[in-house]
Amino acid sequence: MIREEIEGVWCIVLKDLKAYYFKPPNISWGILFPLVLALAFTLRKPSGLSDLAPGLVAMSALFGTTSMEAIVITFEKRIGALERLLLAPISLETILIGKVLGGSIFGLMISSIMTVISIEFLGVSVKHPSLFAISLLLTVLTLSALGSLVAVSVKEVFEAQTLSNYFRFPMIFLCGVFLPVESMPAPLQWLAYTLPLTYSVNALRQTFVGPLRHGDLAFNIAALTLFFLLFMTVATRLLKKHLE
Amino acid sequence: MKDIIRTLGLTKYYGNLLAVDHLSFSVKEGEIFGFLGPNGAGKTTTIRMLVGLTTPTEGTAIIDGFDIRSEILEVKRRVGVVPETSNLYDELSVKDNLLFMAGLYHVPRLEREDRVRELLESFNLWERKDTKFGKLSKGLKRRLTVAASLIHHPRIIFLDEPTTGLDVMSARSLRLLLKELRETGVTIFLTTHYIEEADQLCDRIAVIVKGRIVTIDTPENMKSIVRGIPVIEALFDSPIDKSMTDDLSVLGEVWVEDNRVRMLAEKIPETLKALISFATRHRLKIIEVNTVKPGLEDAFVKLTGVKPEIMRLEKERGGQ
Repeated sequence: MIREEIEGVWCIVLKDLKAYYFKPPNISWGILFPLVLALAFTLRKPSGLSDLAPGLVAMSALFGTTSMEAIVITFEKRIGALERLLLAPISLETILIGKVLGGSIFGLMISSIMTVISIEFLGVSVKHPSLFAISLLLTVLTLSALGSLVAVSVKEVFEAQTLSNYFRFPMIFLCGVFLPVESMPAPLQWLAYTLPLTYSVNALRQTFVGPLRHGDLAFNIAALTLFFLLFMTVATRLLKKHLE
Repeated sequence: MKDIIRTLGLTKYYGNLLAVDHLSFSVKEGEIFGFLGPNGAGKTTTIRMLVGLTTPTEGTAIIDGFDIRSEILEVKRRVGVVPETSNLYDELSVKDNLLFMAGLYHVPRLEREDRVRELLESFNLWERKDTKFGKLSKGLKRRLTVAASLIHHPRIIFLDEPTTGLDVMSARSLRLLLKELRETGVTIFLTTHYIEEADQLCDRIAVIVKGRIVTIDTPENMKSIVRGIPVIEALFDSPIDKSMTDDLSVLGEVWVEDNRVRMLAEKIPETLKALISFATRHRLKIIEVNTVKPGLEDAFVKLTGVKPEIMRLEKERGGQ
């Protein structure tokens, strides 16, 4: 039974990557957008380029996962293709895990490319590779689960895009991608700590450019895990409700 | 033959709206069972409950020995579904779509390629195996959707309005295909609003109106309801508007198609008189008048009071 569910997840992942994700416009959007935004900030303040690297990776993970994830599920719901999956002898949870993993793999690929670009062009090196890998993996899983939550909450593709932008753009400016959270006014800091990207940027910063504080990293990783579980649970419930 | 589907008081409410009202019927193994009814009668909702896409509000169904409420994964292993819209993946090729379905339905890895080839060959799609689904014609998309529903050798297939929107040739070829499928022992449960289609294909038909079954019988037995009641068909020199025939309706069921008026005529002389005065009143010329053998369409009208042309119109509007 478990083997069949795993097989179901794998089929959905491969299908989504082939049918939707691995298309040149998606790959270029996932990389170009964070690069252009970083360039704009660098032109304004040329020093401290290497500090931007963890934020750039987090941002490409955010756009790599949520841009397509939200659209793919909403689109399949709209054209009835999601029913194909719901008719198969696999559980609803398996379907959602497959969808989230597809988005995560794509996000992982895009943010890995951004990591390589950062190493080559910003002169930084990954200080703690295995912890960085864990942080990046949790980041893409959490953000992809957030994308799926957006997708199951709305009916139309344009609604998914609009709703994604409501939290994506504030997250870029609030979560420490360009400015440290500590330098912001207290109310904004509180807001930042309700957003998953803050924990991603913290974890990626410590493991990418340092300095590493074990207790703090563990807290960030725990927070990301909790966000992931929360997004998955709510998304599953909403999808079940949609079927009623 | 054993009952392969048995519904027990199957009921579905959407809010306060009663969509399916305590349906209890059974389908025999190996038969083609038709669900016939107008738009909004509850046909699709019934199928959606039977295949696990929505949960019944009350009641249940047993499919091949498994309860849809508690053993839905077992049910899904045994059924194939062809939804009203051909909903495979536009971006995947014909072959990749079937390989994906084979994986999803746990067809053993070593058998997948052979099974896909077998299906594509028997559905005359092998030469299009590398074409993307999105590039196929409507008829070929429908064919592939039926092929996909058979990937895991299901014992039952559910088809929701299988020929809606197809051209005449594609619809005919799909009906032929369904008859061939029945020969292989697969039970076929289909919904349709085309009475001729149900008549040609089905061993038994359930007529459903407003969520309730009006009757279940063979097409032949249904026709016997109107056997003995002659049907008069009059052809006029110009098209007839439905609203013109209100005064004819007092004599019995009337339905209109272009220049033709068809009536169940329990009293022939009175019906003929009424037709002549109808023609005079509307300045129409009667081209010919015939008595015809009543068909399933006449039985359907007698049983439900729903006019087939209204049913077709509703469906066409719904599909736009």
